[in-house]
Amino acid sequence: MQEQQPQEVENIVIRFSGDSGDGMQLTGGQFSATSALMGNDISTFPDFPAEIRAPQGTVAGISGFQINFGATEINTPGDSPDILVAMNPAALKANLEDLKRGGVIIVNEDAFTSGNFKKAGLEDNPLDWKELGSYEVIKVPITSQTKEALSELDLDTKSKTRCKNFYALGMTYFMYHRELEPTIRWIEHKFKGKQELIEANITALKAGYNFADTIELTGHRYKVKPATIEKGTYRQINGNTATAWGFIWAAENAGINLFLGSYPITPASDVLHELSKHKNHGVMTFQAEDEIAAVCSSIGASFGGALGITTSSGPGIALKSEAINLAVMLELPLVVVDIQRGGPSTGLPTKTEQSDLNMAMYGRNGESPMVVLAAKSPSDCFDMAFEAARITLEHMTPVMLLTDGFIANGSEPWKIPDVRTEFRQIKTKLVGPEDYKDKEFFPYDRDEETLVRNWAIPGTPELMHRVGGLEKEDRTGNVSYDPANHELMVRTRQNKVDKIADHIPEQEVLGETEGDLLVVSWGGTYGATYQAVNQMRAKGASVSLMHMRYLSPMPKNVSDILGGFKKIVVAELNNGQLKGLLNSRFNCNAKGYNKVQGKPFMIRELTQMIDRELEEL
Amino acid sequence: MTEVKKLTKKDFSSDQEIKWCPGCGDYAILSAAQMAMAQIGKEPSQVAVISGIGCSSRFPYYMSTYGMHSIHGRAPAFATGLKLQNPDLSVWMITGDGDGLSIGGNHLAHIIRRNVNINIILFNNEIYGLTKGQYSPTSQKGLSTKSTPYGSVDRPFSPLKFALGAGSTFFARTMDTDPKHMIEVFKAADAHEGCSVIEVYQNCVIFNDKVHDQFTNRKTRDEHTVRVVPGQPMVYGANKDKGVKLEDFSLVAGEFNDESELVVHDPSKPSLVHMLSEMKDVVPMGILNQRDGDSVYDRDVHAQMKDVLSQKEKGKIEDLLYTGDVWEV
Repeated sequence: MQEQQPQEVENIVIRFSGDSGDGMQLTGGQFSATSALMGNDISTFPDFPAEIRAPQGTVAGISGFQINFGATEINTPGDSPDILVAMNPAALKANLEDLKRGGVIIVNEDAFTSGNFKKAGLEDNPLDWKELGSYEVIKVPITSQTKEALSELDLDTKSKTRCKNFYALGMTYFMYHRELEPTIRWIEHKFKGKQELIEANITALKAGYNFADTIELTGHRYKVKPATIEKGTYRQINGNTATAWGFIWAAENAGINLFLGSYPITPASDVLHELSKHKNHGVMTFQAEDEIAAVCSSIGASFGGALGITTSSGPGIALKSEAINLAVMLELPLVVVDIQRGGPSTGLPTKTEQSDLNMAMYGRNGESPMVVLAAKSPSDCFDMAFEAARITLEHMTPVMLLTDGFIANGSEPWKIPDVRTEFRQIKTKLVGPEDYKDKEFFPYDRDEETLVRNWAIPGTPELMHRVGGLEKEDRTGNVSYDPANHELMVRTRQNKVDKIADHIPEQEVLGETEGDLLVVSWGGTYGATYQAVNQMRAKGASVSLMHMRYLSPMPKNVSDILGGFKKIVVAELNNGQLKGLLNSRFNCNAKGYNKVQGKPFMIRELTQMIDRELEEL
Repeated sequence: MTEVKKLTKKDFSSDQEIKWCPGCGDYAILSAAQMAMAQIGKEPSQVAVISGIGCSSRFPYYMSTYGMHSIHGRAPAFATGLKLQNPDLSVWMITGDGDGLSIGGNHLAHIIRRNVNINIILFNNEIYGLTKGQYSPTSQKGLSTKSTPYGSVDRPFSPLKFALGAGSTFFARTMDTDPKHMIEVFKAADAHEGCSVIEVYQNCVIFNDKVHDQFTNRKTRDEHTVRVVPGQPMVYGANKDKGVKLEDFSLVAGEFNDESELVVHDPSKPSLVHMLSEMKDVVPMGILNQRDGDSVYDRDVHAQMKDVLSQKEKGKIEDLLYTGDVWEV
């Protein structure tokens, strides 16, 4: 039989799906890392249940990992997979409708037993379903073949069976022309000292690769060329790691300690894990007894001269409200990171949503202005964490940084920035007695232009003062119940935050700054809205994109941009929170395009929406 | 060398007008704390006082040190963050029975458990004063208040038992009517490395007047309190003619024949401290519980940081950015 040449395609979307214990996150992670190393642009979407090990074989226990890798610019994990690897019947049942018509399905035939059909809530064998006729189904007894390949090794059956994910990975590596070397290196590092496990996993990987070759999966052998991307040194990064590193860099840049007070919560805990590793960077982490203590300890550390930060998700941020408000009142640095997940209440802990914007803006008692920033992609979390730290340190007011589960866990290749030239020096407001040789010290004296107060920390000779949550007298900071003073202080705190607009970049627009339709988006939806608007523009549509990262205060040119379009649609993963904000502030009659399913936007959903909105004009 | 200035109470007093009710026990506690700090001899700039919410929590405004009047119940968390960031500071925390044992019970338990090296003064007046007279978690059962017009049916907390349950390494009790004893206890608390809790029997003259009267009134207190001293037999009474004996696994206060019958105080013995916590009509005063040599959270956190730094070089951000797989395009 004549060997087919690999077919070149621009991008491929692959989804690995199996039980929570099947190692699908690891498999997906390896496929991503290898693809990134081979020069593809990638975007990933880990999607897993809130339960650590939901009952085996059930749909509830399905854990998935989707990767879009391409020779062109990739901004999203892809709308629909071209290929699905289903390790059991539940995985097939849960994912079939997402798959592209005509796509490839690799199933682990060994797992298609009547017992597993029952667990998956299936009455019959899904492999007999008529609708599978529209797909190319490759049935492989992955479990038994893995065991067979490892038969010579001195390992128990359970450990051998566990290697089946590497067998599946090996098959996909052959199909998509991936190099084995990076994964072999990774296995050797991961199982260092456990020679038998190293051998088992590498053997399984190679066996899968060779099996795909043997059964002539050549017809499915695709090639995705390296992407033509900007020259530089690259690495893979996910949003939570980027967030952690952005803060480390900001503290190093500002020359102060970084203090994280945090409490475990999905999907924010990885930032705590990452920061707790880096004590040699002057990072102190404190796992507090609860969300409230977490933020309070950070404010205590800020009072003492650290960059105090706290990380959480919606339910935790709700608990922190009172303390965040105290930081507004005290005028101390504090960054609060809300890695948003589906709400309300406990909601959908492992799913993504953008529904905490209103809470960030308004979720406190009294007149409590908040700086709100939102990162647009995994790597942008680095830049925005730095920005949040810069603003809180230079403007002495708390900053809320919104990311979400999608970009927090998703990863992409990242051109490593030259931090020494691409970021400017953060100037803290720290003062000492030498600054007050010829004037008296008052804790709430302000810079005339920015209205920012100075930061005198306990331990500093001569600058003793008291701060507190009671309203304070202008300048002195003494407790004051004077009515006119209260109004002055309320306005001053608001003005101080408003003036930050003078110290942030202007709002950018993709496309013309006037036209028929303006799509507005914010935060983690950037990849999808960018792709959708770009695709429609390529077809000649009069549509532009305003993707926002600075939500409060907003860049000064936002009003002008909104005024340049016949129609404005705000696309967001909530019930219309930014839309409401823009309409109340600018009276701009924006429409909402909303999705609240715990899932990111698909590009085609947005292009269809743009089509419809333009048609209706 | 520059001459060391002797610090006085005045060096610790701010210029703010004190706004507690006339006759409130808080005045005496403030004054005693200021005198104790002057005697301890740390400059006011090296001292920070952190409080929660309640009458007692206005305390920092009256101090010339650094201070923070924070939010209800959370002072332990602010104090922990500050102490971790600045371990050389002398950090004092002010709380009350409502602030510390009700809304802030969780945080108080954890700061004691971690044994953070700070001093906590817990003003116990068995009532909510600032909200104008509701029963608190230390109010006695049956107390009639605005929120319990038919009498409280709620079982009270014992601050000592609470602290012991959290693994306290220092717990002392004193009273607002005895400045000398307060100063002594505050100084001992400061000298202890670890989390020192001082319960002060404090009188709320408006909403719960004379609640501790038999223990604090000069006329009756000698007959109702035992000033415990480590290594000394537990003797009390104006004429030192009464003492504390061990009977049937309980401490019994009353008359005795010979000092050899009496229990000798040892604050490092948990079983004895537990028995002290059960005393009712005659209560112990002074350092009831003290264990030295336990791990101290802030010290250990910094030791661990130092240890890591001795093994790894001081990090630069580039070290992180270029770890793992990187590739050139």
